[in-house]
Amino acid sequence: MTFNEFVFYFFAAILLAAALGVITARNPVHAALLLVLAFFTSSAIWLQLQAEFLAITLVLVYVGAVMVLFLFVVMMLDINLARLREGFWSYLPLGALVAALLVAEMALVLGGRYAGFADAPAPPPLPAGYSNTKELGRLIYTEYVYPFEIAAAILLVAIVAAIALTLRRRKETKHMDPAQQIGVRRQDRVRIVSMPAEKKEQG
Amino acid sequence: MSAVFQPVVNFGAWLWGLLATVVVWMFGREFAPYVLYTIEILLLIVCIVAPLMIAVAYLTLWERKMIGWMQVRIGPNRVTFFGIPWLGGLAQPVADGLKLLVKEIIVPSGASKFLFILAPIMAIMPALAAWAVVPFSPELVLADVDAGLLYLMAITSMGVYGIIIAGWASNSKYAFLGALRSAAQMVSYELAMGFALVCVLMAAQSLNLGEVVRMQQGDWGLAGWFWIPLFPIFLVYIIAGVAETNRSPFDVAEGESEIVAGFHVEYSGMAFAVFFIAEYANMILISTLASVMFLGGWLSPFPQAWGALGAPSFGWLLLKAFFVVSCFLWFRATFPRYRYDQLMRLGWKVFLPLTIGWIVVLGAWMQTPLWIWWK
Repeated sequence: MTFNEFVFYFFAAILLAAALGVITARNPVHAALLLVLAFFTSSAIWLQLQAEFLAITLVLVYVGAVMVLFLFVVMMLDINLARLREGFWSYLPLGALVAALLVAEMALVLGGRYAGFADAPAPPPLPAGYSNTKELGRLIYTEYVYPFEIAAAILLVAIVAAIALTLRRRKETKHMDPAQQIGVRRQDRVRIVSMPAEKKEQG
Repeated sequence: MSAVFQPVVNFGAWLWGLLATVVVWMFGREFAPYVLYTIEILLLIVCIVAPLMIAVAYLTLWERKMIGWMQVRIGPNRVTFFGIPWLGGLAQPVADGLKLLVKEIIVPSGASKFLFILAPIMAIMPALAAWAVVPFSPELVLADVDAGLLYLMAITSMGVYGIIIAGWASNSKYAFLGALRSAAQMVSYELAMGFALVCVLMAAQSLNLGEVVRMQQGDWGLAGWFWIPLFPIFLVYIIAGVAETNRSPFDVAEGESEIVAGFHVEYSGMAFAVFFIAEYANMILISTLASVMFLGGWLSPFPQAWGALGAPSFGWLLLKAFFVVSCFLWFRATFPRYRYDQLMRLGWKVFLPLTIGWIVVLGAWMQTPLWIWWK
């Protein structure tokens, strides 16, 4: 076993354990944190494939932003496990179907030897000055520029739609306009009354 | 100078040779280079983290002293080393550290114990790991990687987990409120910070931090640094940095007048100290990064023609980082705390459009001859 293999199996073991933890953990917050660990270790495996841009972006986007918001929501929920289990038997056939499909796909990949995938050559090692980021940028903005722009537009539409669907004007909220707050002048709020000092009453 | 250190260097080389022999004997020829490399990297990490910890300790003293002077007080001036009076106050961080070290760590009842202990570790990990790609001088950098800026963004974005986990695991309402505030705040300001970094990498044409500094090198000293073409971005970065480190005036996550001490209400002793160290280490990190990206890093502010004064050195970086970190303390002494809705408005409605707008402006500017920061 070479050192590279050792590192790979080390991260792969952590990744599998974390992924298993995600679906078996009883506490949803624990499950979300284990998912963070799974993302992180899979990013380490990508680093081993010399895909440093994708690896770092995975951490940046999923660990740094998506999972934070996920945790944010999960932490506030009071999840009732008994109610979640109610539909278990009715959903079982669908779940079993998906699982069977996944197993078949994995078998095809792992048993590639029989399907003739094993003859595909390993990618050549990259030259020393190779920059993953530059290469990806060049491809995205030249060869794949239309798919990329279309995907961006679709995502933008999805964002706008999500906001438009959930935004509702509520009459009872007390809305404050900061410009109005800052625009207040002293004369509107305070009246200074000139009061000459009076002598102490005699008596 | 070098003649004096020669015996030390020789001794070091001899020790390293001895270590190499032992490692080869223990792990065999195949694994020995990897093990030796790991040991070497670990030693270098100690060389970065140990001075950083001392800097954190004395930053707390500097903060109390400086804010004291700003508020016409004296600040800590009692605790000295060996009873020498003119060192008054200098041993204060040591005393504080010792006090926290011997205090009991109380785990609240009903708290998730594992996560409760994990949270401070998650808070300090990114604050230390980010230093791997920071260039201290032209040759001095632990990992000279091409995707340095990306790595920084990814690692610093993980800092929020320590706070969220601490708030949730404490089983306390105040801690939880602090964690929620902090999560929303840090995600909002990370966007502005990310776009600010996009501007920097556009101007520098590279994600490598060493390249970012080299791009700012020129004949005119500080006029060649990126703080001039990226001035609005520089301000956004500093202010977003204050918000990211949960420092006053954006310290609503702690907000002692509303939620006692926010996410670390339930922490005591060393567990609290680790949060404290993480906050100050983050502050030093942000100010060092601001110096590297906008203030020319190790470059001298004077023209290169001025001889020794114009020569690049680690000292300049230190000086710049010290200036920026002192500004952080200055903000704390000056501004009242932001209201939460104001803070969110600043992040989303001011900084985000500003940084996105500046990316467009910068892209157009760089196509014209008016852009004089090309090398």
